[in-house]
Formats: sequence, structure tokens, C-alpha cells
Amino acid sequence: MTSTLAPTATPLPAEWRDFFALTKPRVMSLVVFTGLCGLLAAPGSIHPVLGFTAILCIAMGAGGAAALNQWWEADIDAKMKRTAKRPLPAGRLRRQDARDFGMLMSGASVFIMLVAIHWLAALVLAFSIVYYAVIYTMWLKPRTPQNIVIGGGAGAFPPLIGWIAVTGEITAMPVLLFAIIFIWTPPHFWALALFVKTDYADAGIPMMPVVAGEKSTRYQVLAYSVLLLGVALLPWIIGGTDLIYGIAALALSALFVALAVPVGLRTSQPEDNMKPEKRLFGYSVIYLFALFTALVADRMVLS
Amino acid sequence: MTPDEEKEFIRRRKQRNLVIGLLLAGFVILFYAITIVRMGD
Repeated sequence: MTSTLAPTATPLPAEWRDFFALTKPRVMSLVVFTGLCGLLAAPGSIHPVLGFTAILCIAMGAGGAAALNQWWEADIDAKMKRTAKRPLPAGRLRRQDARDFGMLMSGASVFIMLVAIHWLAALVLAFSIVYYAVIYTMWLKPRTPQNIVIGGGAGAFPPLIGWIAVTGEITAMPVLLFAIIFIWTPPHFWALALFVKTDYADAGIPMMPVVAGEKSTRYQVLAYSVLLLGVALLPWIIGGTDLIYGIAALALSALFVALAVPVGLRTSQPEDNMKPEKRLFGYSVIYLFALFTALVADRMVLS
Repeated sequence: MTPDEEKEFIRRRKQRNLVIGLLLAGFVILFYAITIVRMGD
């Protein structure tokens, strides 16, 4: 009998580093940062050990969801230059090991959050994992060019969970922190998608520049940036923060809009160096770090 | 499996065991600390 099965991709057991890479450490650093800011900005206090545990759970949940995302998308990742070297498409890890690792991390994070911190924090953490791994990755990402808007919701959960870990309730302020990251994600990611769009087209992901065209994507980047200016100011307007945050949010968001204007209104030429898009993308990361730092600084001065 | 492959196999297994062991030890300490803090509430 002849076997038509392909030879096993991994004759050797995977390195621990490959499992670590499954958790998307760079995304996780932003998740840990925004989660920590939510925790520090919340009114009230939490014991440092419990605060550390809450952040660890948020990080583990994000890592588990990232592993499940890569388990599901291994075939897509193999088709894109940016992701082809990830452990699964590169054949350094077995697919079912990535799935099991993701399930274990996700389950453990929710369980520890439940027994050590608060049931509501655990519930929102569990929902955020399902939202990213199932609703976004499996269901909507391959089906709609609004995938980034929806995916932004997944990235917006950490400060909300950090806040709930301290207060045990959902109020207007943590929902606004959620809204800020939610509205920030489309201009952040579409700026990137504008200069790497060929990759997504090859992989069959309906990314906005591919589906709706470059012009429409550019308008949307600008529209979301203007919306972000308004949403970022809301925590100050409703009196949830003081002047430090208010001034920082105004200055940082105004610069965001200023950088988004050339991206929104120009048309790229063949062999375009895409400088405004790369500049907006680079600044968008700094923006989020700076805005949340201002939020925590504001809270520290208030108390 | 060639001797070289076997050597690499053992090296990777050893590293993974070490990482898992350290993580487990870390969680033991963390759960101990959480218990102490929670008892003080």
C-alpha cells in the first residue's frame, strides 16, 4: 500500500521559544501596558500581588487567543511575507500543539482571574478571548472588509479588564478607554495596510484597501482620526480626568489628525515611498502609549 | 534518528522541561502569595 500522506513537518519537538512566539509577544507588550494603565487609573486600590496577577491573566489570555488565532490562520500566514516565518507556517511546531497551548493558556487565565481577582473581570476576559479567537479570527476576518474595525474591539478589552479588576464594576470611564482603542485601531492598521496591501490580497483577506480601494480607505483613516480626537477628549469632558489628561489628549490627538490629513487626501503614485502612511503608523503606536501614560499621570497627581 | 538528531532531540526536550518546571514553580509561589493576601482581606 502506498501512502499519500505528506511527511510529518516536524521531526523534532518544538523549541520553547516557538511556543513563546505563538503568544505574539510584541502585541502582548501593548496589551500589558494598556491593561496596567486601566488598573492604575481606576479609582481605589488593589494589592500589588493581586494587581500583578490580574495583569498576568490579561497577558496569558491575550497570548492564548493569539496562539488560537495562529492555529486557525496557519495557511493564510504561510502566504504572506510578514507572517510566513511564524512557527506554524515555518513548520517548527505541530498545529494541534498550538491549539492545545492556546486552549490551556486561555482556560488558565480565566480560571486564575476568577478565583484570585473578580468574577466580572474573569467574565469579560473570557468574552474577549472568544471575541478575538472565534468571532474575529474564525468568523468575520475572512468575510468582511470591516474586519479591522471588529478586530479593534479585541485589542480594546485590556484596560477595561484592568479597571474592573480594581473596581469590580463597569462604569463610563473604562468603557471610554475601550472606545479609544476601538476607534484608534482602524487608522492605525489601515495606515499599515496601505503600504503592505499586496500581501493581504495574495492571502485572500478582504482588507479595506483591497476591497473598497485606496481612496475610500484614505477617507476612512481620516474620518476615524477625527472621531478619535473627540472620543479621546471624552474622559476629560465628563470629568473622569483632570487637566493633565485633557491637555495631553488634545495635543496628541490634534497631531494624530494633522498626520492623518495628508494620508487621507493624497493619492499614491506608482513606486510611491508611502512616507505619510508609514509616519502615521509609527506615530499611532507612540500616541497610544503617550495617551495612556497621561491618563495614569493624571490619576497619580489627582490622588 | 542520527546521533546528531538525537542530541538535538534531547537538548530541546531538556529545555522545554526546564521552562515548564520554572513556570510551575512560579505559579506555586504566585498561588501561595495570593492565598496569603486573600486571607488578610
